Amino acid sequence: MARVEAEVGKRPEGMLGGLIKWIDDRFPMTSTLEYHVTKYYAAKSFNWWYVFGVLAFVVLAIQLITGIFLTMNYKPSAEEAFASVEYIMRDVEWGWLIRYLHSTGASFFFIVVYLHMFRAMLYGSYKKPRELIWLIGMLIFFVLMAEAFAGYLLPWGQMSYWGAQVIISLFGAIPVVGEGIVEFIRGDYSISDITLNRFFALHVIALPLALVGLVFVHIVALHEVGSNNPDGIEIKKNKGPDGVPLDGVAFHPYHTSKDLVAILVFLMIFSAVVFFAPEMGGYFLEHANFEPANLRATPEHIAPVWYFTPFYAILRAVPDKLWGFILFGLSVVLPVFLPWLDRSRVKSIRYRGWIYKSALTVFVISFLTLGWLGVQPAEGVYVLMARIFTVIYFAFFLLMPYYTTIDKTKPVPERVVYHG
Amino acid sequence: MGKFNVITRLAGAVVLLAAAQSFAAGGAALEHANIDPGNIASLQRGARNFMNYCSGCHSAKYVRYNTIGKDLELSEEQLIENLMFNAEKTFEAIEVSMPEAAAGRWFGVAPPDLSLIGRAKGADYIYSFLKGFYVQSESPTGVDNTVLAGTSMPHVLWELQGFQRAEFAEHTEDGVTTRHFEGFEAVTDGSLDAEGFDEFVRDTVNFLVYIAEPIRSERRTLGVWVLMYLIFFWIIAVMLKKQIWKDVN
Repeated sequence: MARVEAEVGKRPEGMLGGLIKWIDDRFPMTSTLEYHVTKYYAAKSFNWWYVFGVLAFVVLAIQLITGIFLTMNYKPSAEEAFASVEYIMRDVEWGWLIRYLHSTGASFFFIVVYLHMFRAMLYGSYKKPRELIWLIGMLIFFVLMAEAFAGYLLPWGQMSYWGAQVIISLFGAIPVVGEGIVEFIRGDYSISDITLNRFFALHVIALPLALVGLVFVHIVALHEVGSNNPDGIEIKKNKGPDGVPLDGVAFHPYHTSKDLVAILVFLMIFSAVVFFAPEMGGYFLEHANFEPANLRATPEHIAPVWYFTPFYAILRAVPDKLWGFILFGLSVVLPVFLPWLDRSRVKSIRYRGWIYKSALTVFVISFLTLGWLGVQPAEGVYVLMARIFTVIYFAFFLLMPYYTTIDKTKPVPERVVYHG
Repeated sequence: MGKFNVITRLAGAVVLLAAAQSFAAGGAALEHANIDPGNIASLQRGARNFMNYCSGCHSAKYVRYNTIGKDLELSEEQLIENLMFNAEKTFEAIEVSMPEAAAGRWFGVAPPDLSLIGRAKGADYIYSFLKGFYVQSESPTGVDNTVLAGTSMPHVLWELQGFQRAEFAEHTEDGVTTRHFEGFEAVTDGSLDAEGFDEFVRDTVNFLVYIAEPIRSERRTLGVWVLMYLIFFWIIAVMLKKQIWKDVN
């Protein structure tokens, strides 16, 4: 262990060393690298739940790079958008691959981010002192939702058009100013070329810029307080004589080498979808979106893409339009308050009692079921189910201050649990 | 009673969901097309069928002739002589001569472009649709369709299939009468027998699915190589990780 670190930390001799010194005198290069990479210590006891942050970063990179190349051939106009996507798919060299990477990347972004958020819920990563990391993370999630929504309009297919129509018109439920807001978002009396153009601007410039900025701040905040771990123990409390946490290992080369394994497993799954099932049975690329947007023909079922369906199911579960919109909004925003809703003395699920464990299990089931219900037609028994699981979804958050207080916790050990 | 009701309705929903997926919008169950995307001969026949029977009214404006030539192993001469009825150069796309506005007037709606119909509707849908025309004297085209009721498309393949009558069973429950499709009965014979017509439609559908995504077979071949590379790289990464972590305890 010491040997590897010594090799990593040493400044090279000769010309290269001279160059590094020249830069370091003018820019904090070595100190920044050490602070964030080679001397950033995180618990050696990380399990595989801890790879989703890095994977989200990988997907972000995939989306940014493929997005640049798509932009080179895409035409943001109602007349040409659909045809330009087919042009990319058929006539642009490797265009099909770039497009599938981007469309698959959108869905995987949400898979990875949902799992990343679930990890935080498992091990109480949002609890003190990491509340701000969680808040920034939630902001990233909101921007990501807007980014995905804007991007979905761009292919200008039937589902792009009608999905956007339905979601944007939701704002019309707001009393007095609702219709004004809807017009403001669309820039027109219906979704049109003007809407497509502004969504393009948001999708390729404004929102990615916000996303990258927020991700940067997210990581800076994380490195200030240090990463949580599966035991929910602050490793900085147990430092060796050299000031290095006894249970920590450097991000590089330890966690990077582990993350590389995870990234490759991820890329295998990702590639399997890209090359063998890019439509993913109509969930990643919806069938109706292979028909160009048609103002005069509504598709049989309008459903948002799968990553929005849990919230969409909540919206439809409420009979009143305004209240549906309010609950829809609340269901997205409520996780923001987790650091203050959760009153448990311990962070990790390992040392929590049966009440929180059951609550989290039921919450996961309700979230997944709501997601499934969101793609079903809103009729009959589906509505009833959506109402039941909506109540459970809200109960998980709103009753949390109560059940986390009475839940019997186990004693937390002094040092992390690690089995080599 | 309320509780019991909820459980039976939940169970019913699962059954309904399973059933709903095998039925089309028109109510009739879809037949399986059983296409073979790797069968070049079938795709070539499908291309011939498309050019002779579909392309008069339907464009496939995102599809270029030379792409078809390359993927279906056809020479430039074969393309020009057999498939290119209204195109000069092989890089041209499959356009239709019929003006769109006039087509809209004649049919009520302009015949849709078929470049992506295979991905929008799926093989089974098109297969059942093309086989689903039946005599309906009230319709302007003289036919209706079991898959897409009220379609404005005439029975283009009547010479091959002949005309058929559809048998419906009427079913009344709670004052609502629904029609349930029972089966077809031949009225006049076509030039192909039932099996031959199925093959004709299957080849055509195969071609339509192919043009919806010409890169399909290439992406699958490439995918195998990509996965093999990733597995190889993964093995090295696992070894590297073990080496770096061996002193951590």
